Amino acid sequence: MTGGAGGPEGWVPVCRIEQIRRETGVAAWVHGEAVAVFRTHDDEVHALGNHDPRTGASVLARGIVGSRGDEPFVASPLHKEPFGLRHGVCLDDPTVRTPSFEARVVDGVVEVGARRPVPAVAEVP
Amino acid sequence: MEQRQRLVVVGHGMVGHRLVQAAVERGLTATHDVVVLGEETRAAYDRVALTSYFGADGPDALSLLPGGAYDDPAVTLRLATTVTGLDRQARTVTLGDGEVLGYDQLVLATGAAPFVPPVPGHDRDGCFVYRTIDDLDAIREASLTATGGVVVGGGLLGLEAANALVQLGLRTHVVEMAPRLMPVQLDAAAGSTLVRHVEQLGVTVHAGVRTEAVEAGPDGTGVGGLRLAGAGDEPGPLVEAEVVVFSAGIRPRDQLARASGLEVAERGGVLVDEQCRTSDPRVWAVGECAAPGGRMYGLVAPGYAMAEVVVDALLGGAGRFLGADMSTKLKLLGVDVASFGDAFATTEGALELVFSDAVAGTYKKLVVTEDGTRLLGGILVGDAAAYGVLRPMVASGIALPENPEELILPAGRGAPATGVGALPDEAQVCSCNDVSKGEIVGAVRDGVTGPDGEPHRCEDVADVKRCTGAGTTCGSCVGTVKAIVEDHFASVGKEVDRSLCEHFALSRQEIFDLVVVHDYRTFDALVEAHGSGRGCDVCKPVVASVLASRFHGHVLEGATGSLQDTNDAFLANIQRNGTYSVVPRIAGGEITPEKLIVLGEVARDFGLYTKITGGQRIDLFGARVEQLPVIWQRLVDAGFESGHAYGKSLRTVKSCVGSTWCRYGVQDSTSMAIALELRYRGLRSPHKIKGGVSGCARECAEARSKDFGVIATEKGWNLYVGGNGGATPVHARLLAGDLDDETLVRYLDRYLMYYIRTADRLQRTAPWVESLDGGLDRVRAVVVDDELGLGAELEADMADHVDAYFDEWKATLEDPEKLARFVSFVNAPDLPDPSISFDVERDQVRPRDPAAAAGPVDLGATIPVGVR
Repeated sequence: MTGGAGGPEGWVPVCRIEQIRRETGVAAWVHGEAVAVFRTHDDEVHALGNHDPRTGASVLARGIVGSRGDEPFVASPLHKEPFGLRHGVCLDDPTVRTPSFEARVVDGVVEVGARRPVPAVAEVP
Repeated sequence: MEQRQRLVVVGHGMVGHRLVQAAVERGLTATHDVVVLGEETRAAYDRVALTSYFGADGPDALSLLPGGAYDDPAVTLRLATTVTGLDRQARTVTLGDGEVLGYDQLVLATGAAPFVPPVPGHDRDGCFVYRTIDDLDAIREASLTATGGVVVGGGLLGLEAANALVQLGLRTHVVEMAPRLMPVQLDAAAGSTLVRHVEQLGVTVHAGVRTEAVEAGPDGTGVGGLRLAGAGDEPGPLVEAEVVVFSAGIRPRDQLARASGLEVAERGGVLVDEQCRTSDPRVWAVGECAAPGGRMYGLVAPGYAMAEVVVDALLGGAGRFLGADMSTKLKLLGVDVASFGDAFATTEGALELVFSDAVAGTYKKLVVTEDGTRLLGGILVGDAAAYGVLRPMVASGIALPENPEELILPAGRGAPATGVGALPDEAQVCSCNDVSKGEIVGAVRDGVTGPDGEPHRCEDVADVKRCTGAGTTCGSCVGTVKAIVEDHFASVGKEVDRSLCEHFALSRQEIFDLVVVHDYRTFDALVEAHGSGRGCDVCKPVVASVLASRFHGHVLEGATGSLQDTNDAFLANIQRNGTYSVVPRIAGGEITPEKLIVLGEVARDFGLYTKITGGQRIDLFGARVEQLPVIWQRLVDAGFESGHAYGKSLRTVKSCVGSTWCRYGVQDSTSMAIALELRYRGLRSPHKIKGGVSGCARECAEARSKDFGVIATEKGWNLYVGGNGGATPVHARLLAGDLDDETLVRYLDRYLMYYIRTADRLQRTAPWVESLDGGLDRVRAVVVDDELGLGAELEADMADHVDAYFDEWKATLEDPEKLARFVSFVNAPDLPDPSISFDVERDQVRPRDPAAAAGPVDLGATIPVGVR
């Protein structure tokens, strides 16, 4: 079930950037799983697994996007746990995490790439 | 099973009511049936606040039992019932209508009667006493044709009565036999300071004067005036008045006890022991009719204490009534007066420290021990601010500071005043509810165990009041409670931080005000000017709510869409598996059969789990995000709108069927509930708002458990505010009574808008009312009396809301841009999210437990009926 496609050949176009409102997310179907793709206020894009790791519900794309310090995050719509958009780790409890994916914008098209390696707890700011 | 016992309570005044409350709260009604017999036609009311009756909207504002009945079915309240006899052998009481009622335990709470001195003419038409609401009604009636009034008696109650006569527009005199006013509480200097204040208010004081007779009016009937005693045989002057009020003390009503042979005290009152038991072990006496140890107590707090002691004794407890603190602090005719401890320096060797300022009209006296180390008592007139610190010093016997005079010197003259920090932990701060300083600090520092069994640490004064009960009865100690809380926070270096979150060092109210002043229309403009960062799940919904309150736009319009919590963003209620529930509006709970059928069809066609809610609606669960617009379309076509069962907004206005169908109803509660729900629907607020309308005092709509509750009366509507259910249930309290439809709506408009403007984030109306300086009185001042002159503005804000309301769901259907988010996947809109699956339970769907979902994942929108 996990997205195995790595490397440049694994990039999947998802939508045009205008289809994601600033500071919101959309759910996309990538490599056979639900991925939440977010656009920040300064037009960065980030992709996380859409499943809230606490409840298993496929909802993260519908959370509120904001910042904690310089860290952009999404608050899960179910119980508000903050997940860092850059790595998918819960900012309040680094042992709780959702997968994170490569994401980029090419000619106005948002693309999601390979699943990133899971960062060690110590690497998370 | 043990036989149930019957407890009969004779008297439904403040103390009788407290006794019943204690019996219910402490579980005595599990073994006892309680019958309460009240002589007046009204249930217990706040006699201490009697003077406020003329300013209030009616007797209900004073009522301690506004519903007229106790919730506990074991308690029967019988009003307009006198007790004429007591047979202790047979253990029965005889009622006015001849009925004989048996008892196992009997409590006498018959109170006291005003003493009327036997001067000639004391029973003329135009002579009154000052004790009951009926007395006040009679005085008001008489004042309509009078120009002058005189009160016989210059004590505490006499001055209250004088205040009432002033309010009724009468030229008012007070006649006191003693050489000064309030002779029991005040010394000569304090009494004359008070006279100066009282006379400035237009009241003429005749002190050290006896009353000779009440003289008839010019035509020989009624009252023409009060003749005062002169020197020797000479008649004194005549005080012209058509109304005479006797307030020359009270006498315990102990006749029942006397006639049945119970022991009474020398100076009157039923003699009781420390458990308030009379000479008959099955008979008890409490309040003003009782004389514990031979002494009568004419204040309400000792009466309450006696009531608690009796309930404790009936439960087998060992509670004792060991005398009471007779300290008094009150505002008489607008003047602060306090007297506490040994006010007259009767302790051997006691010394007095006096500060008097004739210009400012203040008099302050401290009575200290011979060595000057401890405070024994004191008197304060004109400025009683120090009372909150001084009285506990007497009670706890702590050492005085080195320069005790600084305690009463005006700020700025001496060193910084010794504050609450000097009080020891055992100092009693709230005497009404017996709360010590230590308990208050503990509630803030360590917390109090809440209803969920978890310790809850108090964050502010409102919290402390709720958790400890401090300051919730007479309110005189609230300032001290606040000072103790702030003192504690200062001592641990904590600033009381009302910041919303890291992005805004502002409270919700401050954000509201900034939006009003600067006319900000977007989150970005606000955060750039007054905040930092990009916001979060705390501040964004707050700003969205404030913008919606101000500008009434669609919650998904432009950039505001990204500020909304998921329920607002998707206009439905998210559930644990990521699906939504849809709760169509059924205003007031009224629905036609045709619409009911439509709901059934929609639920059936989309495979939704269906449940009736507590708010008289029907909840449809399990809708996938991409199904929401299709479901709404079906509802819109059938004349529904979806409803706000989510978000910080008006939920429902619950109703009973009212006078249209119910044989008891006195007003059309259903029509009113529908009108109110349609008026306030969509209103964005600091927290959810619920309402209820009941068609009679039986209160079937449970309106008093709502943020606003409307209960029908014969004359109109009573409006209750600040109630809620949930983890900390609170009954709404009466804001105003007997309102016509238009006034009701006007007050509600003001109340809700005042709440929206000033409450904290996620603060429901009950804690909001508590947090206001002045509490419910403050709400009344703003909403009913319009003291801030805000009324018209608040009404205009509400009118804007009502005018601008539109069906948010229908508007979403009409806008492709808003609809774009309602898809399963942006790149695969035809693929339903495969991780959503259901089981079946009692013939309906339920979310599949992810842990149990080991079987194949269901793809597609069809519901796997029968799969277990």
